[in-house]
Amino acid sequence: MLRSLTIIFIGALFGAGLAIGGMLNPAKVAGFLDIFGVWDPSLAFVMGGGVVANFIGMRLVQRRRAPLFAGSFRLPDAAGIDRHLVGGAVLFGVGWGLGGLCPGPAVSSLVLVPGDVGLFVVMMLAGLFGGRVLMARRTR
Amino acid sequence: MTIDFASFTPAASLAGGVMIGIAALLLMLLHGRVMGISGILGGLVRPTSGGDVGWRVLFVFGALLGPLIVIYLLGRPVAVQPVADGMLLPVAGLLVGLGTAIGSGCTSGHGICGLARLSLRSAAAVGIFMCAAVITVYVIRHTG
Repeated sequence: MLRSLTIIFIGALFGAGLAIGGMLNPAKVAGFLDIFGVWDPSLAFVMGGGVVANFIGMRLVQRRRAPLFAGSFRLPDAAGIDRHLVGGAVLFGVGWGLGGLCPGPAVSSLVLVPGDVGLFVVMMLAGLFGGRVLMARRTR
Repeated sequence: MTIDFASFTPAASLAGGVMIGIAALLLMLLHGRVMGISGILGGLVRPTSGGDVGWRVLFVFGALLGPLIVIYLLGRPVAVQPVADGMLLPVAGLLVGLGTAIGSGCTSGHGICGLARLSLRSAAAVGIFMCAAVITVYVIRHTG
């Protein structure tokens, strides 16, 4: 029960941070990405604040052998920079630039403007499914 | 370069960023998981053999609650102005889903978590998707 509540709390903190930081607003995201136009650098502060807060805390977390509510830390396998990483990042960047939404904000803004982002989220989930099928079949 | 000072919200954006960073930290400290949203959603649409779907559902539920709590506490709406409509929006969604699945992460997983772990792989991904997004917006707004 406590374990479940902490996950809901963490998700809510994430969603609230997105809302306060301005990440839920595609127009603000486009303004941040438009560095050659009239540029709004605000979202660099979201990224900066998030990375620095997480970085400082991770120094302490890494001294522990295991997380509080789970048996072990599950970190990504240390793979190199391969064509999947590069190609995937390009596709994601183009989609992010087109729609002004990345996965977290797309989900969190469902409660605010379901009509606008509903189809985006459905297609995003379809893309995630297709991409994972591709990755499971990949040849290295 | 021209700065859009009318839209510039450094304090709110820094506060929001710190909240996101603390959320990522807590998910690792308490549950040992990377707070990557594309990964969390990916495990929902195509679960691995081990199952482990429950925590993902709870996280998404929380992520949906978050903006509502902000609106309740601040007593004003959260600005949401779309930039794409028609066929562009579903195409953008498909690219975001495909790209984050193939590239193993998005703004949260590679950005907030990967950079904080000083992962070279994540730094490369962030550099590439930022460049691709900037070029895309440039093409939309300043060409043609």
